[in-house]
Formats: sequence, structure tokens, C-alpha cells
Amino acid sequence: MQHLIEMSGIKKSFAGVVALQNANLHIAPGEVHAIIGQNGAGKSTLIKILTGVYRRDAGEVTINGTPSTVSTPREAQDAGIATIYQELSLVPLRSVTENVMMGYEPRTRFGTIDWKAAHKRTREILERFGIDIDVKAQLGSYSTAIQQLVAIARAVSLNAQLVIMDEATSSLDDQEIEILFSVVRELKKEGVAVLYISHFLDELYQICDRVTIMRDGQTVGQRVISETTKLGLISEMLGRDPEEIEAAGMTGLGGGEKAEPGSSLFEAENISTARGLKDVSLTLRKGEIVGLGGLLGSGRTETARALFGLDGLKSGKIDAHGSSGQIGTPAEAIAAGVGFLTEDRKREGIVPHMSVRENMTLALLPKLKTMGMVDRKRETELVERFIKSLGIKTSGMEQPIRELSGGNQQKVLLARWLALEPEVLILDEPTRGVDVGAKFEIQSIIREYVDKGLGVLLISSEFEELVEGADRIVVLRDGFSITELENPGVTEEALIAAIAHHHEEAAA
Amino acid sequence: MTMDNNTVQNAPKSSGPKFDWSVVSRHGGVFALIAILLFNVLITPNFLHPQTLFVNISQVATIAIVAVGMTLVIATGGIDLSVGAIMALSGALAPLIFTSPFAEANPELGLALSIIVPIIVALACGVFNGALVSLLNVQPIVATLIFFISGRGIALVLTNGNLQTFTNPAFSYLGTGKILGFPFQGYLVVIIAICVWWVMSYTVFGRQLLAVGGNERAAELSGVPVKRVKIGAYVICAGLSGLAGLIVVAINSASDAARIGNLMELDAIAAAVVGGTLLQGGKAPIFGAILGAVIIQLVKYTLLANGVADEVALIAKAGIIVLAVYVQQARKE
Ligand SMILES: Nc1ncnc2c1ncn2[C@@H]1O[C@H](COP(=O)(O)OP(=O)(O)OP(=O)(O)O)[C@@H](O)[C@H]1O
Ligand SMILES: [Mg+2]
Repeated sequence: MQHLIEMSGIKKSFAGVVALQNANLHIAPGEVHAIIGQNGAGKSTLIKILTGVYRRDAGEVTINGTPSTVSTPREAQDAGIATIYQELSLVPLRSVTENVMMGYEPRTRFGTIDWKAAHKRTREILERFGIDIDVKAQLGSYSTAIQQLVAIARAVSLNAQLVIMDEATSSLDDQEIEILFSVVRELKKEGVAVLYISHFLDELYQICDRVTIMRDGQTVGQRVISETTKLGLISEMLGRDPEEIEAAGMTGLGGGEKAEPGSSLFEAENISTARGLKDVSLTLRKGEIVGLGGLLGSGRTETARALFGLDGLKSGKIDAHGSSGQIGTPAEAIAAGVGFLTEDRKREGIVPHMSVRENMTLALLPKLKTMGMVDRKRETELVERFIKSLGIKTSGMEQPIRELSGGNQQKVLLARWLALEPEVLILDEPTRGVDVGAKFEIQSIIREYVDKGLGVLLISSEFEELVEGADRIVVLRDGFSITELENPGVTEEALIAAIAHHHEEAAA
Repeated sequence: MTMDNNTVQNAPKSSGPKFDWSVVSRHGGVFALIAILLFNVLITPNFLHPQTLFVNISQVATIAIVAVGMTLVIATGGIDLSVGAIMALSGALAPLIFTSPFAEANPELGLALSIIVPIIVALACGVFNGALVSLLNVQPIVATLIFFISGRGIALVLTNGNLQTFTNPAFSYLGTGKILGFPFQGYLVVIIAICVWWVMSYTVFGRQLLAVGGNERAAELSGVPVKRVKIGAYVICAGLSGLAGLIVVAINSASDAARIGNLMELDAIAAAVVGGTLLQGGKAPIFGAILGAVIIQLVKYTLLANGVADEVALIAKAGIIVLAVYVQQARKE
């Protein structure tokens, strides 16, 4: 059978640093194919070579048996390859329609854009994903998940032979992932191939046919997914013995002998904001992890924003021990010992041109200041320490952060906040895009800090992470805090029931 | 882009040495400088005469000083169109002060005031620009357009539109003084460039400025005082423009508010961009800006020395900006 895509012997280095050394990828028409591998294994680089974002140093690429001439993303699109990159590449200030139609706008007889048709077409495309939003509104006014779905919808609408999704599900909740999967299955039925990159191995078993495993820039295997086990995949991916991995366990947030809760760090009482919080109350004490549960749009991120001083309170109050005054800006929040790891890595996290070192110490600058200057010696020591302890894969601390793989960027941002030694750390999807091995490490590191007295407010769309990690879970719905679950004893079913129960109640 | 096409298709096959375009695009400024110098050595009469060097140094200084300030503003993701007008304002103020009866009576104090006051006024303009941009969220182009239009007008009103000529050797030293045979302002450029480079490389302010330009949201969420930092950039840029205005007046021993710093915004932006500053912010190559200023100056000189009309020189400059931006954009791994 002829392959749709055949990439073989692909090599690529960036300024002497090898990213891919012998990578192969064979995709059959109409199959759902996964690529897995640790952070920095070269997954994104491989697809960027396929789509003309990067040039390969060596190797062959054929599409439908003929050598590929694709050298720009646009040409890839025209050749039937639609891609959702790991870093969302939409334009937040433009309307949803403009983003979906970009480059392919319907025209009127006079050659101008036919907006009426464009809006209509956009609505139809989004309908397939069960999204019903105002397509004329700015894309940026919607949540990351909606934006992600819009990006996927756009890609699917391009009549591609191959749709590539680089960690498309990382910001979606279970329901949205279900919608996505049903679209993937439909695409498959239509004969469209899907290339799927994800760190959630469970997902692969639901939709994928075959999987390509990458390690350190090389393809180390290609398997039919039904013939593999999760543990087998992980061991191949990490290059370690299955037994060893099994012994280590899978979630690192839990564990730790349960200390009695310390003194209160802050109490939010009946707070509401203009951004959609109606009435939320919660407390956080020293040495505990409080999870925020709820569906998308339930007010989890909004709660975090209010606590960090980003959105002013309309009513209610926040009592932050340690800081007497109201927290009105991020700078004040940071000074009061609060850190906030945001969910949107690209837009609210990294400063792309700056080095790993500069990104890591950005929030710490006021503390590294001596007579207006940055204390470079202390800075270097600290950065070295975190690169080691978080296992950040980089060619050196002076490497621009944009050159790091997604998961490694995430680790740098986590280090940015841990370096501050905060009292309260708000983590919005802290392990998004992080590989299974590193996820465990990051969770253990967070737990370590918590055991030393840090209070963590954890937002995660992974129920497993919440249930196993959090000491308490505050369940939110439509801007209200509706109930609280306490560990030990919380199960995923209980959490889902708590969220769903109230949902049904609302619907009734 | 068609060129890229070929390279991609050939890349895997030709493993031998290949001409690397990225070197050219990364060091485009240096190549351009060498090309212009070679051209001049071959074509322009008397180019290798020391006098040519001195003339060019004394003229490039003002462009370079303003370009350094412009680089900082562009690094925050902004732009400052008011630099030329601020030069005119400070340039008009200085002679008014040292030719006043008070200054005639106290020459030293008068001289000091004629340098300090115009620069303070310039700094104040910078505060205004910065406040509009950062506090009121006015687009930088629009915010600085206010002084671009009104600054020169104020200068003309102050001087009644007259050409002020003067003889004041002490003040003129700024523009005509020589140390070891080289123009004083050449040294000034070097000192300013080193100071600003040091600030950008080693201080918290410099780091924060680049972070603001690189990703404003991220910087703000990391506690960077975004508004203060932006105002700082506009203030420094305006202060340097004020200084440049004084130098122009000192060179000519005359102050013509209508002409000082005319079209300087174009030169400064061109110098910054040629020097490698990204218009979207986040990078501040200070010495690059100096190199850019030298290139702009040499282009001007080359055209002038070879009898090409001023208007054509303008087109050439616009062409340089376009080319520099194109080279920036065309980079690809
Ligand atoms: N533009 C670049 N410049 C320099 N190095 C790069 C660049 N892009 C990627 N790399 C390096 O190539 C390697 C592979 O990165 P890639 O983004 O492909 O990893 P990945 O498998 O997608 O990881 P993740 O799961 O974290 O997204 C990394 O070590 C990364 O630092
Ligand atoms: Mg990736």
C-alpha cells in the first residue's frame, strides 16, 4: 500500500544542536497515527519539517509517493496538510470568523471579502464541534479551550488529506475531548488521515491506529496500538525498564504523610468580579493543595485572576495574611508572596526572545537587584540549580526560550515561580504539555515545596491530577463555589458526580 | 521566497559546502558598510581624505545619539516620531538662554543653564509621550505625533521663526570641539552608547524593558512595572534627542527652528532597524544602532558627494528601511 506521507532519515540541527538525527514517519491514508516521546524528543520539529516551517538538513519526504516540494506552511496547506501547532498561532485581536477563514475568505463578485458568507460558513464549521459562539467577537475574548477548538475547526475545514494536531487536547476538558474524538473518527471515515501528538497515552488507545515512538531525535519504534501496553510504550519512550517505571508509581502530587493543615494563608469570602465570578469563597492554608474543580467557564481561571490582583473585586473580600493592603496588581501580589503560573504559556508566560535564564528570573528581578543592577552571580547559580532539579532540556541557560520544546518551556516557567519562594502559588494547568516522566517529577517537586509550607491553588482539567493531588477540592460552577470535597476519600467519580449533579440541577 | 524553494529541494542532496545566506542576513549591516566604503573608495573623489572622516563623524553623531534612544523605544514595541521636533525645541531654547541678559551677566551659569534647561524640557516631553502611551494606552505613533506636529511649532513661536545666530565658543564646543583631532561629539556618541548598552545589559531596568517589548502580558504578570518602564524609554529617547538638538545648533553656530532635526525620525528609525532592532520589540542592539547610523550617514554622504539630489537620497533611505525589514523577516531556520 502506498503511504500518504513518508519521511525517512530526517536530520535537523539548530545551530549545531541536534534535534533530529534519524527520524522516520510513515502515515497511511485515512489512519489515525500518533507520535509520542519525551519533551524535546523532536516531535514538533519533525512535523514542522513536514509542513515547511523548518528546512531539513537531510532525509527524504514524499507525499503520495512523489517527493515533497513543500517549503512554506501555506504550501503545506495547499498540498492538503492542515496543522494545529502546539503554540496556538491564531490572532487573538481578530474576530473568530477572520481567524477561521484567514487566507481562504469567500469573495464577492467585486473581489472584496463576503462577510455574510464568511460568518455563515464559520458558524457551520464550528457547529460540527458543538460550539455556539458569537463569530464576530474577538477570538481572544474566549477561553484557551475555545480558541483551541477554533484552531482545530479551521484546520479540519480546509479539506485536508492529513490533519496534524500537536498536543491539541492539552487545554480541553473531557467533554471537549469527546467532541474532538468524534470529529477525528468522522474524518477517518471520510478517508482523512490524522497525525496526533499527545502526552496522554490513554487517549491514544481510544482513537489511534498506529503510533511512532521517538526518543532523543530518533524514531525508536512504530507499533500498531492495539498490540501495545501503556507501560510498554512508556518504557520504550523513556528507554527504561518497565519494572523500574512500574515501581515508581504514576502521580507525584499525592503521597507525603498528611500534615495537619497550617495557619491560613488567605481567605476569599463571597468574591465576585466583572469577569464572571459571581460568588466564590475559599480558604487556603499553609502546606496544602486546594484544587479548583469544574467545567470550562465555571470560573476557575477567573478565581485565580482575582486572587492575583488582575481583576478588581466587585464585592466580597480577600484576607491575605501577610499583606494588609488590598492586592491590586501582579507586582503587589508577588511582593505579598503570591505566584501565578498562567495556563497560556505562549501569550502570558514566555518572553520568546529572552534566554532561559532571563525568563526564569523575570519575576525575581526585584529580589536580585543590588543598586539597580542584576546580581548575575546569584542569578546564574539559581538558574543552574533549577535547570538541574527540574531536568530542563536546553543547550544552556543562554538559549532563547522559544527554541525549547513546549514541555521544557513549561518547566522554565514553573521555575520562575518556585524561585520566588512564594507562600501561595496558583498553578493553572501546571503540567500541561509535560511528558509522563517529567509530569511525575514536577508533581513531586510541587509536593516537596508544599510539605515545606507552600500553599498551592491547583487548577487542572485532568481529574486524575486533581483527585490524587489536592487535599481539598472546591467545585465551581458558573462563577459560584458550590461545594467542597475533602481528601482522603475523593474519587474521580465523586468529583465528576459533584460537578455533574449540580449541572443537572441547574438544567432542571 | 522562490529562492527558498530551490534550497529546500536541493538541501538533502548537496552535502558539500553551500553558501549560507543566514550569515549575510545576520551581519547584513557589516556587509552593507563594507560595500558602501568600497564603493566610495572607488568612486567618490577625496574619500580617503581625513577631512571626509571628520565631517562624517561630526554629522553622524546626532543621528547615532537619537538612534540609541529610538532603539530603546522600539524595543518596548513603540516608536517615537517626535525626536526631530524635540531636537528643534531644545535647539531653539539654548541660544535664547545664553544670549539672554542674565546669561551675559553670568556666563558660566548661563552656559550651564543653556544646556540643562533644554534637556529638562526634552525630558518633560518624553514624560508626556510615555504617559500617553502607557497610562492612556494611546498608540505610540499617534501619541508621539502630537509633539511631531506641535514641538517644532512651539520652537518657531519661541524664536518668532527667526534664524538665531550667535558666537559662543564655549557652547559651540559641543559641535566643533576636537580632542586628539577628532570631533568632540564622536567621543560623546561612544560614551553614550557604552552607558546605554551597560544599562540594557546589566540593570534591572534594561532587563525589564526588553521583557516588556518581548511580551508585555507576560512581563506584567511577572510583576514588571510595565508603565514605568515604558515611560522610562520615552524619557531617555527624548533626553537624547534634546542633546542632539544642542549639538546641531552648536555645529552651525546658528539655530533655525524650522530645520533642526528635520526628518530625524526617519534617519533614527532607519538606523535602528538597519542595526537589527525588531520593530515588534524585544531587542535593543545598541551598537547595531550606531552601525546603522553610520550606514545612513554614509549613504547620505555618498549621494551628496556624487551630486545626487536630496529627494533621491530620501528615496534611497526609504529603500534601506524596506530592505532591512525584509532581511529581518526573511530569516528562516
Ligand atoms: N528553533 C529552534 N532552535 C533551536 N533548538 C530548537 C528549536 N526548535 C526546537 N529545538 C530543539 O529541538 C529539540 C526538539 O524539540 P521539539 O519541540 O521538537 O520537541 P517535542 O518532542 O515537540 O517536545 P514537547 O513534548 O516538549 O513539545 C529540543 O531539544 C529543542 O530545544
Ligand atoms: Mg512539541
